[in-house]
Amino acid sequence: MARLPESQGKRILAAAGIAVPRGEVARTPAEAQAAAERLGGAAVVKGQAWTTSRAGQGLIRFVSTPAEAEAAATAILGLSVRNFPVTEVLVEERLAIASEHYAGIILDDRRGCPVALVSSRGGSGIEEIARAHPESVAELPFDVVEGLADHAARELWRRVGVRGQAQQRLAAAVVRLAEVARRVEARAAEVNPLVVTPEGMVVALDCRITVDDAAVFRHAELGIDVARELDHPPTRLERIAWEVERDDYRGTFYFLQMREQFARGDRVVAFHGAGGGGSMMAMDALQRQGFSVANFCDTSGNPPASKVYRAARILLSQPGVDAYFGSGSGVASQEQFHSARGLVKAFLEEPLAVPAVVRLGGNGEEKAIEILQGCAAELGVPVECYGKDTPVDACAARLAELLAGFGPSPVRARPPRPAPARPYTFKSPTGEITYDHAVCASCASKACVAACVPQILELSGDGLPVLKVTAEEAARGRCTECLACEVDCRAHGGGGGRVELPIAGLDDYRRSRGME
Amino acid sequence: MAILVDETTRVLVQGITGREGRARAALMREYGTRLIAGCTPGRGGATVDGVPVYDTVAEAVEAHGGFDASVVYVPAPLVKDAALESIAAGVRLTVLVGDRVPVWDVMAIARAARAAGVDFLGPNTLGVLSVGKGVLGMIGGRAESARAWFKPGTMGVASRSGGMTSSTGYYLSRAGVGLSTLVHVGGDSIIGLPMPEVVTRFQADPGTEAIALFGEIGGSQEERVAELLASGAVTKPVVAYIGGRAATSGVRFSHAGAIVEGGRGTHEGKVAALRAAGAVVVDTFDELPAAAAELVRS
Repeated sequence: MARLPESQGKRILAAAGIAVPRGEVARTPAEAQAAAERLGGAAVVKGQAWTTSRAGQGLIRFVSTPAEAEAAATAILGLSVRNFPVTEVLVEERLAIASEHYAGIILDDRRGCPVALVSSRGGSGIEEIARAHPESVAELPFDVVEGLADHAARELWRRVGVRGQAQQRLAAAVVRLAEVARRVEARAAEVNPLVVTPEGMVVALDCRITVDDAAVFRHAELGIDVARELDHPPTRLERIAWEVERDDYRGTFYFLQMREQFARGDRVVAFHGAGGGGSMMAMDALQRQGFSVANFCDTSGNPPASKVYRAARILLSQPGVDAYFGSGSGVASQEQFHSARGLVKAFLEEPLAVPAVVRLGGNGEEKAIEILQGCAAELGVPVECYGKDTPVDACAARLAELLAGFGPSPVRARPPRPAPARPYTFKSPTGEITYDHAVCASCASKACVAACVPQILELSGDGLPVLKVTAEEAARGRCTECLACEVDCRAHGGGGGRVELPIAGLDDYRRSRGME
Repeated sequence: MAILVDETTRVLVQGITGREGRARAALMREYGTRLIAGCTPGRGGATVDGVPVYDTVAEAVEAHGGFDASVVYVPAPLVKDAALESIAAGVRLTVLVGDRVPVWDVMAIARAARAAGVDFLGPNTLGVLSVGKGVLGMIGGRAESARAWFKPGTMGVASRSGGMTSSTGYYLSRAGVGLSTLVHVGGDSIIGLPMPEVVTRFQADPGTEAIALFGEIGGSQEERVAELLASGAVTKPVVAYIGGRAATSGVRFSHAGAIVEGGRGTHEGKVAALRAAGAVVVDTFDELPAAAAELVRS
């Protein structure tokens, strides 16, 4: 995740020359007890959660013995923050504190440069400090190339009334923090509190570093496994989604869960947006109809149908959703029939058991609507598709109507997939295409050859669809995974074409949620 | 009249030999943009659909004279160098289409642009389109769509969302509100021409009489537009919709700039600031065309 855990952030600070307390991460009460023993008994036990004012939520507890550390860890590990459980505590030595301060490096969207922000007061959130005690806060934009100069850092602390040796040592700490921020390409690097001990040592008691999602690719050393900024540690499903996106640069698939605990009847919707702004607008429209969304999702930037398919499968792996809603800006530059094919494949495979309204306005919308409407009859649940001339609020209202008239979901098994009698197989960039030439032989339409978007198919001498590029070329990207060879074949041909698009970990996840 | 691009703008495309660069260069030309040359390192001497390609931007400038704009179609990790190259060659406006450009790279680009006294749009932008005159980037997707969707007129559009730039333009046109220029400022938090800058240019443009904004949660662009209205620096009427009422704080919603942090950049805060400054803020996007039409009539 792009937010570094406190313990990792502190290791980075320590390596940069900023002192931090001794401590260990514990995932069980027993580990917390052992850690406290190694620290000499007295310790502070800190729940690892991305929230401010942890102390107020009972996430930070001071203990005097290892047994108390175990009890504190038991209590903290039973807590949830924003509906996501706390799974780790950090057990640290307790330090005597003479004074508490704040130091942060943030990026200023007005000035387009990094800013050093300090306060002579620490502990509570910097926003509250700035509101209550504006005279205790000072900030200084600094040059992105030159970095923060030592004299500038000293002047910052002087402006908030810090003098003497503390001024120099705190200045050194904020200069190092600026170096850390630049090195890890942080969007924010904050230490709160940054304390001075009775001996005059400057120590970082907390550390919140958020690495720029877009820079994660060049920071393997940080071991960030999900480059997404969330308000919770990534869920299993978010990790599965990230694996789909990570190495596939064709378009964007953005997925995050807004809630995990809900059931049928709660009016929670699987939400499939396209484009950041259009997606937010669509979520707002759902909210006005009394829905809430299980997730935020955005497939945009001209993604292949295969990516849209995987996104839809992941969305439909959230048990308890009452409906499926898709809408982006409504007037997309991208060719919308790719998305339609991805959705059709996912809906039929699932099979979709709740009402769906999908707004696929933009280039190619007529074709997109035709493709998506084509699968509605087969599904046995209402599936409606609209274009750019139907407003998003009307679509959300339509979903509400469909849901109101919808009884219990039909229980239907996943359609069987007989093994092909005469398989003809080639690989695509992220999957595998198989034709059953025994079926193709009796297909009158051969719809797949004309529908193939990259036009890599031709009919062989005996009238069967085969590649007209090499298998290597197809696998390297000549096959764009437009899915016409399955979706259009099923709608207009003999149904001999099939695309296998694995999603690592999804089947296991669905079993764990009782969905398989 | 228009802002940022018109039929006289002399345009370079960096990365013109790539898949995206080639396709978007064709869109730009079909819409009437004056595309002069392309640039791809190592591909100097080639042509793309009749457009000469140079190894460096400086070489293209030597051959053709200066450029008003360069549109950059290179992968995100290479955007910084391409932008610095364009800025160093004195190109007046560099359009950074790329998504997921590291923000510390963007700050380095911003520093260079400030020092050189030139502009950049984006990153993560669909670009800018002046109706019937020219397009930089890929607004509309296809030239025939762009012609069908956007009608000429006097309403300027600035949006933080690419898709919503097109949507806003389409729905306004359909409601009879013609457009001067549509600008997608880019979805990132640090961008070259944020909304207040674009609004200031609309204020100075004789061809623009009113301004429509699609805003989002996060950052301070909408609040800064409100400051411009309140101070009287911008006097043309503004109608706005702000997306993200249903969004939660501390989460980034696709766009790098779309995050509410520490109580800043909230939906309510933006709506209140704009309304207090005299802008018309609609509650649902569907109300925007009618509100804009009303603004133009009055």
